Amino acid sequence: MYSANFDYHRAKSLSDAQRLLASNPGAKLLAGGHSLIPLMKLRLASPSAVVDIGRIPELRGISKSGDGIRIGSLTTHAEIAASADVQKSAAALAEAAGLVGDPAVRSRGTIGGNVAHADPASDLPTVLVALDAKIVAIGPKGERTISADGFFTGIMSTTLADDEVITAIVVPALAKEQGSAYVKFSHPASRYAVIGVAASVTSSGGTCSAARVALGGLVPHATRANAVEKALVGGGLDTTAIGTAAAKVGTDLGNEVTGDIFASAEYRTAVAPVYVKRAIAAAAARAGLA
Amino acid sequence: MATTVAAPARIFGSGIKRREDPRLLTGTARYTADITLPGQLYAAILRSPHGHARIKKIDTAAAKAAPGVVAAFTGADTEGVLQCIPCAWLVPGSELKVCPYPPIAKTIVRYVGDAVAVVVADSAQQAYDAVDLIEVDYDPMPATVDPEQAVKPGAPQIHTEAPNNIAFKWTVSGGDIEAAFKKADIVVRDRIIQQRLIPTAMETRGALAHYLPATGELTLWNTTQNPHIVRFIMSLVCNIPEDRLRVIAPEVGGGFGSKIPQIQGDFITVFCSMKLGRPVKWIETRSENYQSTTHGRDHVQDVEMAATKDGKILGLRCTVWAGMGAYLSTAAPGIPTILHGLMLSGPYQIGAVKEDVYGVYTNTTPVEAYRGAGRPEATFMLERVIDRLADELKIDPVEIRKRNLIPPFDNGHDVVTGLKYDSGNYQGALDKALTHAGYAALRNEQAEARKKGRYIGIGVGIYVEICGLGPSQVAGAVGFQGGLWESAIVRFHPSGKAHVFIGSSPHGQGEETTFAQIVADELGVSVGDVKIVHGDTETTPMGWGTYGSRTTAVSGAALAVATRKIKEKAKLLTSHLLEAAVEDIEYENGKFFVRGFPDKSKTIQDIALMANVAWNMPQGMEPGLEATTFYDPPNFVYPFGAHIAVVEVDAETGVVQLKRYVAVDDCGHQINPMIVEGQVHGGVVQGIGQALWERAVYDDNGQLLTGSLADYAIPRADVLPDIEVLHTVTPSPHHPLGVKGIGEAGTIVSTCTVYNAVIDALEPFGVESIQMPLTPERVFNAMSKKGP
Ligand SMILES: Cc1cc2nc3c(=O)[nH]c(=O)nc-3n(C[C@H](O)[C@H](O)[C@H](O)COP(=O)(O)OP(=O)(O)OC[C@H]3O[C@@H](n4cnc5c(N)ncnc54)[C@H](O)[C@@H]3O)c2cc1C
Repeated sequence: MYSANFDYHRAKSLSDAQRLLASNPGAKLLAGGHSLIPLMKLRLASPSAVVDIGRIPELRGISKSGDGIRIGSLTTHAEIAASADVQKSAAALAEAAGLVGDPAVRSRGTIGGNVAHADPASDLPTVLVALDAKIVAIGPKGERTISADGFFTGIMSTTLADDEVITAIVVPALAKEQGSAYVKFSHPASRYAVIGVAASVTSSGGTCSAARVALGGLVPHATRANAVEKALVGGGLDTTAIGTAAAKVGTDLGNEVTGDIFASAEYRTAVAPVYVKRAIAAAAARAGLA
Repeated sequence: MATTVAAPARIFGSGIKRREDPRLLTGTARYTADITLPGQLYAAILRSPHGHARIKKIDTAAAKAAPGVVAAFTGADTEGVLQCIPCAWLVPGSELKVCPYPPIAKTIVRYVGDAVAVVVADSAQQAYDAVDLIEVDYDPMPATVDPEQAVKPGAPQIHTEAPNNIAFKWTVSGGDIEAAFKKADIVVRDRIIQQRLIPTAMETRGALAHYLPATGELTLWNTTQNPHIVRFIMSLVCNIPEDRLRVIAPEVGGGFGSKIPQIQGDFITVFCSMKLGRPVKWIETRSENYQSTTHGRDHVQDVEMAATKDGKILGLRCTVWAGMGAYLSTAAPGIPTILHGLMLSGPYQIGAVKEDVYGVYTNTTPVEAYRGAGRPEATFMLERVIDRLADELKIDPVEIRKRNLIPPFDNGHDVVTGLKYDSGNYQGALDKALTHAGYAALRNEQAEARKKGRYIGIGVGIYVEICGLGPSQVAGAVGFQGGLWESAIVRFHPSGKAHVFIGSSPHGQGEETTFAQIVADELGVSVGDVKIVHGDTETTPMGWGTYGSRTTAVSGAALAVATRKIKEKAKLLTSHLLEAAVEDIEYENGKFFVRGFPDKSKTIQDIALMANVAWNMPQGMEPGLEATTFYDPPNFVYPFGAHIAVVEVDAETGVVQLKRYVAVDDCGHQINPMIVEGQVHGGVVQGIGQALWERAVYDDNGQLLTGSLADYAIPRADVLPDIEVLHTVTPSPHHPLGVKGIGEAGTIVSTCTVYNAVIDALEPFGVESIQMPLTPERVFNAMSKKGP
């Protein structure tokens, strides 16, 4: 398809990007283009202008920061999947980034764009919620840090303002005996998540001392599975305990479970516990428990 | 691809690399979309958003006033200029109702995607912008999309000429079907939905038309599998004499049948160029491709098989409702009939067969050939109910097949539907597949796994298919509105290099390579010295095109015969030059020599030079070294094979994992085993796609819900195992090279083989059938209903 006409601006720096956003009302940021351009081609989005931030070096790259790892918003899925640091301290994130779409999508798509776009079937929001990651954004009023848990508010909607630019994602460091994992049921055509489950569990001498489990794909936005988490904490991390906790996901799903011609809401609800169970078990294994 | 061929003695049979690939892989190939002419305009087509509606009013004023727009046309503008799009397979004895198929709808739109208007502008962007400005006032009408429902009383009527939406009713019968069912100890039944598929060639369809008002000549670059047919049909619809029409199929990025027919966009593009006297290009977007280029399959099948208690098949009786879409596409009626019903007895000795086929109009995109075209739908019916029979009788699925197979034959076998298979050794292919797969061990593995709650399934499928279409006399007898012969010209230049011109039109299959191998093998020239030219009606001889696995089977035969004519002439000229009797001239490895005197010889290059300079020709011999052959095959060819699939079903989620796929195919002698392997890979994968993922879905209003690649799932490499490709060799007795077609073979049996494997895996759950594609949800629901 052909998009409607639009003006194109390339930002040379972060401040240039902010200036261009301010002077072009109705403009959209363009990062990897793998969500925005399809929308524009289908004419589901017709911004008057795009501000291309794709070549701003300061927004790219993975570094260790005091209490975790800092991932520049322009870092691609492929870079995240291949990063030894991410694999080590945020295994679920590396796993999820490696399962995004296909190699072409992973080489172009960026974490910042993925998070800002907030497609309910995306992988990274789910993981970031489970890992208690922070989203760093800058706007006319300065920089702010937003917790991933709470950032996603609905189908393609977030608490980010139109004039804000995401600069980085910060993932906290691993605690002792903490492990994380992401399990995905991919749509055979789009490759987006039909069901995505991210889990992070911490054990203390075999007992689950902390757990964060997040769901994506089958709910309007990445959401924590509170009932599952509650059932896990304080219990063991053996197969039976995990299975029992996972079965609680039904109460976490709420009444807005996604259904489509490929997989109905009933089916997704029925098999969700299986994916929750598998994600927790894999996280527990990484925590050194299985 | 893992084929390794150690230093072959013969170029025929050698897996040399495809000469097509460097240009394809480096992006230097030129497709229709890549060709740009001076002064070129772009067309964008407005398509119906309704499955069925009356057009009350169209207003193109705003579009015409938009920037860059040169013209906008509606159906009314085509009145008297364009004829309706013809259907070219008029199956006899079927009360066929060919309803008017206008290139642009005039009063009623009948499917989402039906052309309504066109805008021509300086750029594609401007054309698409302007299309949005056309205002159409529609009066929506109820739609019908399911071929079985559409024939029922009260269903919306799509064409006044076709009551109850029935486009045709065709029956095939052979043997005494009543007696077979009366005699039967057991009858098994199934209802099978061959869901509608979207061919999804990598290149969408498109056209570039250049009409020269001064001469009345039109050149059309077209994404087609058959440029000569395009010229013929285009000349009829647009009233341009065939001698003023040149059709070029440049690089064509796959077709799978969807580039056989002439579709609305082709005629619209030509029309615009004729109106404006300028080159006009139209290239489908992918969404447009999904709506407007033809689809495949779409059968509802009721099948029943009669058998004795020891598993001997007595008869097969079926009723099929075959969706045709809103209009009859070029070859559509022949597919669920001739290419389907006649193959119903497959590789088995079945004494009686009867099938009633209803071709049904629905408010959907027209259906055409799709890789396999009719034969996968027949093979599936047979291979499915035979598994059901095995299940009922508690006989192993392999054993029950063995009890019914036609014994090996090498020169003709008559079957109950009236066809004469050319050669076959079905048991041989089956045995090879079983041995390679380790069938007995697989069954043990399955039993062990079940004890641990893991569900492995083993599927077996055997097929024989009809291809290499076909003798023209038969084509005429079955209502095909054309011939099915092919032609080839072999032309040697003075330097000994050769050009070959063929009427067929390869579009990815690799005949530029294999056909050079044929010439090299016959005449001893280097394969690199032979260039194959195809796809341009101005330079190539008449031919009917590339489909139905017929290019090597028919066009290749024409080429073999033409090269042999060259050889005969070369012998005559050699005998003259060496002053020996022609009976004493022998040929070996590119040399013509006097028997017993190998040093007294001429190479084909010597002969090419001498024939071209013509200084010393025998009396009466014409100069030049060129031969033309028009080859009409005496019969079809009947490739066959046996496939085995191993799957594992995740009992917790219903997800099917394909673990192994073994394909044994027999296409007679292989010119290039690497290319054969590639064809098998592609074919198998497309068949698996139907079993597991692909499905075109319409809602009740005729909206295509799977309108893009985000919803319509084609197979991906990462969910497929390495396909284990093996062969047996049973030459065709009537083909000059002993070859058969291989283009569709893989697709024909792989759908059912994988399906059978999944049902086999679910045996502990008592599952007998699941609608395709076997999505996790459907498998999960089938299991949950029964429980292990
Ligand atoms: C075929 C295909 C398959 C895919 N499969 C998956 C999948 O399986 N899982 C998955 O998670 N995703 C998938 N995606 C989406 C992919 O991950 C995208 O790359 C990603 O969602 C968006 O990132 P981007 O860099 O391409 O953003 P863009 O498309 O450039 O932008 C997306 C949106 O984010 C905004 N934006 C971009 N960067 C910033 C920023 N720094 N600050 C603020 N706003 C910003 C843009 O304005 C726009 O609104 C797929 C995409 C395609 C095309």
